[in-house]
Amino acid sequence: MSLFAAVAEPAFVVPTMLLDISFLALLVVVAFAIVRMRSLFGIVMLQGVYSLVSACWFVSLDAVDVAFTEAAVGAGVSTVLMLSAMLLADRKSTPVPMRRQVGALAVVVLAGMAMLYAVGDMSAYGDVHSAANSYVGMDYIAKTAEEIKIPNVVTAVLASYRGYDTFGETVVIFSAGLGVLLLLGLNGNSGRWVARPNGQMLNDHAAPSAGLATDNRSEEQRAEPDQ
Amino acid sequence: MSDPTQTFGRDPHVLLRVIAKFLIPLIALFAFYVQFHGDYGPGGGFQAGVILAASVILYALVFGLKAAKRAFPPSLIRYGMTLGVLLYGGTGVLSWFMGGEFLNYSVLAHDASHGQHYGILAVELGVLTTVTTVMIAIFYAFGSRQPETSDEDW
Repeated sequence: MSLFAAVAEPAFVVPTMLLDISFLALLVVVAFAIVRMRSLFGIVMLQGVYSLVSACWFVSLDAVDVAFTEAAVGAGVSTVLMLSAMLLADRKSTPVPMRRQVGALAVVVLAGMAMLYAVGDMSAYGDVHSAANSYVGMDYIAKTAEEIKIPNVVTAVLASYRGYDTFGETVVIFSAGLGVLLLLGLNGNSGRWVARPNGQMLNDHAAPSAGLATDNRSEEQRAEPDQ
Repeated sequence: MSDPTQTFGRDPHVLLRVIAKFLIPLIALFAFYVQFHGDYGPGGGFQAGVILAASVILYALVFGLKAAKRAFPPSLIRYGMTLGVLLYGGTGVLSWFMGGEFLNYSVLAHDASHGQHYGILAVELGVLTTVTTVMIAIFYAFGSRQPETSDEDW
């Protein structure tokens, strides 16, 4: 809210705030471009652009750790993962007829109104008395220097004070990897499995389902069963 | 593409390959800088893990999945994923056995702040291992499912 107030009163406009506003405007432009685009390749690239612009915005907000993560994960790895997932699907999304979008529009409008309503309860930008700037947060900043003795308070909070949360996050990443490996696998055993139900031996060629599944491996991969 | 001397003249990606060969070690080195400098500057296990995985993924994108799987064997993945979580949880259990609460690193050394240093180092190493291997695992899992894309396919 104070963002708008500061713009209305030019005396309080600081250069970084102008930077913030231009980054946010860019984010809106990119978001609209993503919505209007049909080519999935372009959408994935624009999502990378979106992450990079928001990383720039985080830097301008002095949240370098978050910016770092956003640039590495959002603009780097997730773009590549989206690309490799896109290769399994079509290159273009099919347009959805207007009448089927009414429900989605209603949900978006309702959620947007709820968020606008919640903005009133948000503490002002840079408010010293906001919840994040009082209570336990101040404690962490005051005590890190004597208890943990490392200069980066973010690392102290992340790894020590909030070690449980980070442990949970690590387990979440582990389960994400586990889920992908269980669903997709690494093609490690494709074509080489053997089952022995009731004394008879079954393998990939002798199984009742042989030939039903299409083999989507390349010639190169088929030639090398070790993959 | 398999024999570089044969395809050198016709390879449209020769610039990309040369630049990538130069960049990939630097990216991996930067990942370790981010990992071990996390106490002093921005960064930590998560970011370092993603950057380290990105160096392997870049290698796979430029030189092919087969070469990447030789450099980072898929068999490492299941060990790395689990070892990272076990290292994190194990640090917590160790601090348990040494008389503190779960994940209270102060008891890991005689000096409380030294204990915190060791604890944070171990925990971040666990995060690095899990994040790196999971990111590479997801990429391998998606990448192995389709034949290599030809240049015209884009």
